[in-house]
Amino acid sequence: MQDFIRLFFNLEVMAQTLPLLMQGLWMTAKLCAAVIGLGLVGGLFLALGALSHRRWLRWPAFALIDFLRALPPLVLLIFIYSGLPFAGLAISPFAAVAVAFFLNNSAYYAEIYRAGIQSVPTGQTEAARACGLTTGQTLAHVVLPQAVRNVLPDLLSNTVEVVKLTSLASVVSLAELLYSANMARSLTYNASPLVLAALVYLVLLWPLVRLVSRYQRRLAA
Amino acid sequence: MDGLDRFLTTFFNARIFARYLPDMLAGVWTTIWLAAAVIALGLSLGLLLACLRAYGWRLANFFIICFADMGRALPPLVLILIIYFGLPGLGLRVPGPLVLILVLGTVLAAFAEEIFWAGLTSVPKGQWEAGRATGLGFTQTLVQIALPQAARLALPPLVNRVLAISKMTALGSVIGVSEILSVASTAQSFTGSAAPLTMGAIAYVIVFLPLVVLTRLLERRFAWKV
Repeated sequence: MQDFIRLFFNLEVMAQTLPLLMQGLWMTAKLCAAVIGLGLVGGLFLALGALSHRRWLRWPAFALIDFLRALPPLVLLIFIYSGLPFAGLAISPFAAVAVAFFLNNSAYYAEIYRAGIQSVPTGQTEAARACGLTTGQTLAHVVLPQAVRNVLPDLLSNTVEVVKLTSLASVVSLAELLYSANMARSLTYNASPLVLAALVYLVLLWPLVRLVSRYQRRLAA
Repeated sequence: MDGLDRFLTTFFNARIFARYLPDMLAGVWTTIWLAAAVIALGLSLGLLLACLRAYGWRLANFFIICFADMGRALPPLVLILIIYFGLPGLGLRVPGPLVLILVLGTVLAAFAEEIFWAGLTSVPKGQWEAGRATGLGFTQTLVQIALPQAARLALPPLVNRVLAISKMTALGSVIGVSEILSVASTAQSFTGSAAPLTMGAIAYVIVFLPLVVLTRLLERRFAWKV
């Protein structure tokens, strides 16, 4: 028991490595901002493509979404990070992670948007068009606000997934939270920094996870 | 034409494909059995916990909810690193594949519990009352009346989650489990070519595309019932 506490919950080691972890957390925050922002926009375009009446737009959009859903995000990341330099495109770890997870999450966000847009009755679109709104205006002012509200829990839960996903960036040596913690572990020969990182993730994400559960229960009721 | 040629030999080199095909097939096999073990552990544990939660024992439910929340809030890679690199300090060396199955199975169980529970709570109260009124016990009502209905509701989100977590077996490459990604990365550093990475990506798409298609079929099957 003594050993267990010394190796996993060593407060001294935690205090010592906290500054390093906080630097990592800042990088995690920047990654999240980039990936969530890009993913929300990319996902919307993919969803609109998948819902289009034009076949040449709809089929490639579906193919891309399904391809990205079949490919593990880590595989995409490794492919971009260590594969692209062979094509003469050297890319920084941050850019590689941002691009890989942008692609991965666009597919997930697209599926959520699509479900949301399909949940808005077509009468809404028809009414808006009849009032003289353009297609773009109908989408922006009538369909999307209702669609997003209907799928808010799913959007939130996918956003939690994005934050967790950024921990994979440690594999390509980007100094985010998990990478910093693992670095601290190998320097101190002690697993406490990893436990501290887990606690940081827990503090950040537990409220969101609770919120998702609460939302979903309300929908079920 | 020269550029295209170079692109093709870099990413689609047939000689390298042929040389690493046996290794890759072994990797595919590892990925499949790891995923199967994770799914079996995750779904059975998740189902068990959701059923226990239905009994409404306050203390048990507190722990179940904490477990489900933590499993959903913690990145799996953090747990994998803690177990794989932390436990040897206590003289306990857990083999990589076991670490992967335990962590991903537990994480899937957390999500599955929450999905099954959402299904159970959406079974109308009258169903429960009718079951009890016809003389079934609580457990009989749970297993024979509530669960079959809950499982139908839970199926689409469950398959989505199973897909997402089976794909995470790629994390095994970080702790030396020789699944698809690990085979591809090793071959890439040996050959100095990107072709093995392409091969790995193709292997993943072949393994997981059927699950993606299954989510589409379920979505269509259940769409008109909502």
